[in-house]
Amino acid sequence: MSTRRVIGPFNRVEGDLEVTIEIADGRVSAAYVNSPMYRGFEQILQGKHPMDALVYVPRICGICSVAQSAASAQALAQAMGLQAPENGRLAANLTLAAENLADHLSHFYLFFMPDFARETYQGRQWCVDAQARFKAVTGSAMADVLPARAKFMHVMGYLAGKWPHTLSLQPGGSSRPLEDAEKLRLAILLREFRVFLERTLFGDKLEVVAALDSEAALLGWMESRATKADFPRFLTMAYDLDLHKLGRATDRFMSVGAYPDSITSLFAPGVWDGGLKQLDISSISEDVSHSWMEGNSALPPARGHTLPQLNKAGAYSWCKAPRLGGRVLETGALARQIVAGHPLAHDLITRHGGSVTARVVARMLEIALVLPAMESWLCKIKPGEPFCFPVKPLEHASGVGLIEAARGSLGHWLDVREGKIHNYQIVAPTTWNFSPRDAAGNPGALEHALVGVLAEGEVPVAVQHVVRSFDPCMVCTVH
Amino acid sequence: MSKPLNLLWLQSGGCGGCTLSLLNADYSHLFDTLAGFGIHLIWHPSLSEQSADEAKKIIDDCLNGSTQLDILCLEGAVLQGPYATGGYHRTTTGETMMNLVKRLAQVSRFTVAVGSCAAFGGITAGGCNPTDACGLQFDVDTLGGLLGNDYRAQSGLPVINIAGCPTHPNWVIETLAAISSGLLTESMLDAFQRPRLYADHLVHHGCTRNEYYEFKASAHKPSDLGCLMENLGCKGTQAHADCNIRLWNGEGSCTRGGYTCIACTDPGFEEPGHPFLETPKIAGIPIGLPADMPKAWFVALAALSKSATPKRVKENAQADHQVVAPTVKRVHRK
Repeated sequence: MSTRRVIGPFNRVEGDLEVTIEIADGRVSAAYVNSPMYRGFEQILQGKHPMDALVYVPRICGICSVAQSAASAQALAQAMGLQAPENGRLAANLTLAAENLADHLSHFYLFFMPDFARETYQGRQWCVDAQARFKAVTGSAMADVLPARAKFMHVMGYLAGKWPHTLSLQPGGSSRPLEDAEKLRLAILLREFRVFLERTLFGDKLEVVAALDSEAALLGWMESRATKADFPRFLTMAYDLDLHKLGRATDRFMSVGAYPDSITSLFAPGVWDGGLKQLDISSISEDVSHSWMEGNSALPPARGHTLPQLNKAGAYSWCKAPRLGGRVLETGALARQIVAGHPLAHDLITRHGGSVTARVVARMLEIALVLPAMESWLCKIKPGEPFCFPVKPLEHASGVGLIEAARGSLGHWLDVREGKIHNYQIVAPTTWNFSPRDAAGNPGALEHALVGVLAEGEVPVAVQHVVRSFDPCMVCTVH
Repeated sequence: MSKPLNLLWLQSGGCGGCTLSLLNADYSHLFDTLAGFGIHLIWHPSLSEQSADEAKKIIDDCLNGSTQLDILCLEGAVLQGPYATGGYHRTTTGETMMNLVKRLAQVSRFTVAVGSCAAFGGITAGGCNPTDACGLQFDVDTLGGLLGNDYRAQSGLPVINIAGCPTHPNWVIETLAAISSGLLTESMLDAFQRPRLYADHLVHHGCTRNEYYEFKASAHKPSDLGCLMENLGCKGTQAHADCNIRLWNGEGSCTRGGYTCIACTDPGFEEPGHPFLETPKIAGIPIGLPADMPKAWFVALAALSKSATPKRVKENAQADHQVVAPTVKRVHRK
């Protein structure tokens, strides 16, 4: 006999989320993920001047705003046949990296860790410490992380004018040229952030964290750190609670590749499905069989359309169901690090599959890997050389922008006809991870990951760990 | 100290960017700052511990009066569609967010629209406005919106519109501080009910491109140093906000980021009637004149100043770095 429970509003995620679980024998037997809000950006964009996309799309999301800008700028650049100068590319990488690292930090401290301070963990050895450190709003970590994050975001003041919602990322590069003095100020800001990370989050050098190459190395490092810094604190609690065995999805991972340089990228693109494969973008389609959207067949985004249909039979979410060759994919920092070949990410999924712990560890790894990359990109910027090329008018053209946002792969498909946007389709990371079922009945990645999870209490804490481990962004999902 | 003010924050048709912007506040620590002004955050969807039933109870307690709701903040537009049902955003109880907000606004002492979406509909109301988005007390620039022309919160004040896309963290914090200190009166709100503490300035005030503006030395493409008004659509001389006096993320503003001010604090900014990054002109003269500037004078002065543009200003305006530095002049002691 199963019981059904609707959990919502599911907070400490970006945007609105509701999860329905069916419970049998105290565990989740089926899960249905609902994005309960619709906004209609793809409809808003129709008929607009192509460059106006740069104003609208960042406003899809207040937390992945730059990622949306970057995807749009890339789609426009492709349509225009335009390539940004070296300075523009470096500035765009720096801007996107600043957003992604700030998002990883916000997720860890503001959204994810407060669940360890819940009353349900009374009696655990670490409970008193977790409550003092990570309690939402009042935990001592707030006084450390909020000022450090706000200061780090001064990087955006220079590179993007403001965050969120910049217009500095253009198809031709960056609208914000830097002077030598500003390069120095940015270098100081990055240095200050490194000190915060090494002192408060990791309790160790970024390079030491980035070089951890197996679960054994991670556990050895955790024990050597005692509990002074916050990431080792997390590891101690996560291993005590067996979170490395919780929240496995389909173990198929996708990344479109992040932070390009002139030849390759910092994190390579690809698909992991037991082994590394090439990513074939043309095999992406969006299924709407369980979405409150008109239509029944799965369409590739370039030919996709978005028309709401509220009372559609069998539908239970505003989210579409993207699939790659018909298969459910997980995307995000863990996917990125697996596809990029990081040995620690590989060892974790080889031993246990994808998990709550692996997803958080991958985010922390990325912080440790990307800040040093930012330091080197900044050094390469050459004031006095061009940052931006002028745009070209568009009459009939199409373009695709593929970006790794903090939460995973983001795609924009742009089609311009007679100088106006004819169609604009967006596939966001959480659209992949939190998709509803498809026509074949295959549940989305989170729906899959929740099955078998312990469902004790009114709002089961294990369910909360699994949901938040994906770092969902619902406002992107329901664009 | 007097009793803390209970603040409930809800989100609807928006991007969450005003909350994320709030976290950029440069005051030492956001939660301490609010607490310092006697503001108690009873629930926020992104920041509070309580989820699901625990959160529903907090909201129910506000509605049934067992918790006094002092400040209701809404971020994001009210989604009225489809067909005025509010069905594009439902809460877990099945009630629409539109209806829940309406009920809470009847019991709140102060009702605050955080961001241009909650104030006027904003970007969510752009294009064909697929969700029939509107603001709490405005539908674009027309009084009305969800709560109606005559709406007053329990304090007697209409909806306070902290417009901006996103809002500046300090606009929110200072408005809340003014409320909690008992200083916020209706005369401190402008015609669109925006706090005059920031809306009585123009984005032009403090713009680092002012020398280029004076000589009408204009940028032609993004990354040029010149004034963005003549060609690239900048509305800084008309937009109500103090973005270039009180900077963003410590060091920035839109114009300092190399791009145009799109007047995001104004109702209707989402549909300017021309491409955002192009200046509409008639006979070569921009249609949108600086605030309070008579057209004839603007045209005459623009022509005069263009003819008087120094070489340095002219050349730098169309470069992405200073190509001519200001002349160093020896000043003799007198």
